[in-house]
Amino acid sequence: MDEESLLLSLELASGSGQGLSPDRRASLLTSLMLVKRDYRFDRVLFWGRILSLVADYYIAQGLSEDQLSPRKTLYSLNCMEWSLLPPATEEMEMQTSVVKGRFMGDPSHEYEHTELQKVQIKEETRLVSIIDQIDKAVAVIPRGALFKTPFGPIRVNRTFEGLSSSEAKKLSSYFHFREPVELKNKTLLEKADLDPSLDFMDSLEHDIPKGSWSIQMERGNTLVVLRSLLWPGLTFYHAPRTKNYGYIYVGTGEKNIDLPFML
Amino acid sequence: MGDLPPDPEPPPQPTSSRRNSQVSERRRSREHSRPQPTVPGEVQQVPLDAQILRSSREMVSNQINRGWSQGASLTPNENFIFQAEEAQRGGIEYPSLNTGFPSEVQPQTYPSEGRLQASHNASLMLQQLQQGKGNLFQQLESAYQEPRADLLGQYTRYQREDLQFSQGTQHGPYLRDDPVLQFSPSELGFMPFNVEVPEPDPRELAVQNAKAYLLQTSVNCDLSLYEHLVNLLTKILNQRPEDPLFLLESLNRTTQWEWFHPKLDTLRDDPEMQTTYEMAERHKALFSQSGGGEGEQEMEEEVAETAVPNIMEKAFYFEQAGVGLSSDESFRIFLALKQLVEQWPIHTCRFWGKILGLRRSYLVAEVEFREGEEEVEEEEVEEVMEGGEVMEAHGEEEGEEGEEDEEKVTDVIPKPTWKPPPVVPKEESRNGTNKYLYFVCNEPGQPWVRLPHVTPIQIVQARKIKKFFTGFLDAPVISYPPFPGNEANYLRAQIARISAATHISPLGFYQFGEEEGDEEEEGGAGRDSYEENPDFEGIPVLELVDSMANWVHHTQHILPQGRCTWVNPLQKTEEEEELGEEEEKADEGIEEVEQEVGPPLLTPLSEDAEIMHMSPWTARLSCSLSPQYSVAVVRSNLWPGAYAYASGKKFENIYIGWGHKYSPENFNPSLPAPVQQEYPSSPEIMEMSDPTVEEEQALKAAQEQALAAAEEEEEDEEEDEDEDQDD
Repeated sequence: MDEESLLLSLELASGSGQGLSPDRRASLLTSLMLVKRDYRFDRVLFWGRILSLVADYYIAQGLSEDQLSPRKTLYSLNCMEWSLLPPATEEMEMQTSVVKGRFMGDPSHEYEHTELQKVQIKEETRLVSIIDQIDKAVAVIPRGALFKTPFGPIRVNRTFEGLSSSEAKKLSSYFHFREPVELKNKTLLEKADLDPSLDFMDSLEHDIPKGSWSIQMERGNTLVVLRSLLWPGLTFYHAPRTKNYGYIYVGTGEKNIDLPFML
Repeated sequence: MGDLPPDPEPPPQPTSSRRNSQVSERRRSREHSRPQPTVPGEVQQVPLDAQILRSSREMVSNQINRGWSQGASLTPNENFIFQAEEAQRGGIEYPSLNTGFPSEVQPQTYPSEGRLQASHNASLMLQQLQQGKGNLFQQLESAYQEPRADLLGQYTRYQREDLQFSQGTQHGPYLRDDPVLQFSPSELGFMPFNVEVPEPDPRELAVQNAKAYLLQTSVNCDLSLYEHLVNLLTKILNQRPEDPLFLLESLNRTTQWEWFHPKLDTLRDDPEMQTTYEMAERHKALFSQSGGGEGEQEMEEEVAETAVPNIMEKAFYFEQAGVGLSSDESFRIFLALKQLVEQWPIHTCRFWGKILGLRRSYLVAEVEFREGEEEVEEEEVEEVMEGGEVMEAHGEEEGEEGEEDEEKVTDVIPKPTWKPPPVVPKEESRNGTNKYLYFVCNEPGQPWVRLPHVTPIQIVQARKIKKFFTGFLDAPVISYPPFPGNEANYLRAQIARISAATHISPLGFYQFGEEEGDEEEEGGAGRDSYEENPDFEGIPVLELVDSMANWVHHTQHILPQGRCTWVNPLQKTEEEEELGEEEEKADEGIEEVEQEVGPPLLTPLSEDAEIMHMSPWTARLSCSLSPQYSVAVVRSNLWPGAYAYASGKKFENIYIGWGHKYSPENFNPSLPAPVQQEYPSSPEIMEMSDPTVEEEQALKAAQEQALAAAEEEEEDEEEDEDEDQDD
């Protein structure tokens, strides 16, 4: 969620039950602004909170002008001091795929995994990798919120007035907030209907497994909430016909591998 | 030249003001898509000719305008350019023309000069415009020029000839040839000798044509390009966004969209918002005071004693912990609970939590009825259910017997030895898992629906499956092992499990009653009732956070059987007595062991089993920066979403989540049951293979031999007898 509209966003995302306490909110408002200044970000998003056993991680992301360029991730334990995390690599992902269980809460904690040899994996690495996986899998943006300029970079669409109520209930009006992967596999017929300046990302419609998104209206039909079932804790909210939208992850940082059994 | 139509005498004399605007417009419109600053002499293309024609006209009118209205000569700038032009063209000298364009131009001389100047002006115009004023009309112009080219085609010839002429000499006024003046009549298609009505200036006419083109609308829509551009520019000028060029495309799209989706008028409702408005109406009903008005008596009653808890206060404390719904949602829940209390005879009520579902979510209220109220309805429900079960059992038995009777004559079907496992009876209301009643609704304002009591078998099955809730109570739960019930039952079972596992309170808040005699009767299962401790003084928050021993469970643990108090299912029904004694003993043996496992009521949390080296509870202060005012928050790791807070003498539990237990390993669904054994083999059902042909023949041969042997023996005997007789 955007740091500028943090309070309203937290209010709208509270339907999932987890939010932030008032002291955290207050500290976030100040610290995120400072982060924006220090790192010269164009936009700062409060990404969410990973619940761990000892202390929770608060994660923020900074974006540059081009909205789809790789984002910088920062974490904090007390919402005041933020540390930059290294960008995620595939190697990290392979390493962390063997670690199971909750996060400990101490960034320097090391998990030990014995396969052929004893390997030690730092919690920081795991954090980076998990955040990256969650981003790639379930970060959501509504259609029309970003547009592609003819010169290449992706920009925030200032004239985005929100989805209409009927569009908001369809999964196809929401895109993954990442570089498109499936787009080129579309048939020519499908591509003919797309608007290249708006439809340049994958939509949620074809996510596997089908039904891994729960879409509901809350607050008497004035708020549409998407919850991911693959990464429980990811909540995306949007008030139709307004500019308010955003997503937040509050969860344990574990993938729900049992999803196919549960649907 | 002789073929040319005669010139209209008076040159067009439009008002200067009109000229002004048109000039500025046309000047802008003169941005040519094909920048060719070349002299008209080189022009061979029709469009360019037309351009030049028009530009010449414009220039002329420009000049005239200046001459007439402003009474000024050519500006030095233009002069300069003009001369530069001259130099370019090399060879055409019109010195007198450049300087001091006479303010009163005689019509007679004007045409020639105009004509001569026309070509100059054309190039001049071109140059000026190419000096870099981008314009929107440019494309319009080029598009506009195409169709016009035909019309002016006839001019091109003249033009060319004119130019050739003009280049060489200064000829007399060839009025007829002047494209400026000849434009309108030729366009009309006839050649009036003398036009009485003052015709519009050709340039102005061109402007009007341009505008007419822009105003045309297609078959598809009502919006013309002209209107759209006007809207767009108006919008930009009104809003003055930063960097409008950047936003141009978005603004373009938005303007178009707005045209086709105008705000609806006040007479009609927006169809899309219908459902939203309906929901809002329903919420509004929540806020209305209970029927009967606002009499003082009612107010007093409400203030004095109400079963509805102070949701707002609890929401406030939970918010400190970072948990819970937003405050307006909490208030709506409070109102909904108030409605619930009014509808049903409720003794105590509590907001249990929220369970998220795929399509809708559930708000759950935990409720205790007043004494004696609920029994009636429960019995009815039970009867219906039991009746159904009994009917089914009877039906099966009868079927079996029927079959047996029919086939007793020929064969006896082996009777199946499988008996369904004994049904563990469910607990009574107000006992154990069914201690409280639960009501659910999807959103505050919707009617509350009561959930049925939970049966032990449902809890046992619910432990084996893991399914998402859809949000509809009557949805079937499709799973293996098959869940006995629909979503309402599954929901109730999960609620029971969560309550049993995560409802905790600070040590000392509840204490056991003073009766101790019951302990032995219940077979050592522990007491199942507690009461509030009036002397409870609260535990300091820091201590609550430090040690889990300061918290206790105040709900009974559910045994593996599915109940809180153990019951031996074999003792209940008479049918079971037919079982072999061996089986009975075995069962009892197993179940006796179970009985001891369940921890008694009010056990501290420190006794809870760990999950993979991880404590099942995480306790924290709500705010580390202000510990003196903080609240102790405990979070369950076993049921993610279960929270409890305690501060001073207050505490509360809540659950907001998907309703599933946490397991570090993957979920392994139960395997299907092993294939059932077939009936035991015995000779009467053993299949024998038919004898083969050889065997049959051998048998036949053997029989014949035996027969033959027997005959021989008889014959021998007869012979013997005969012989005997003969002797």
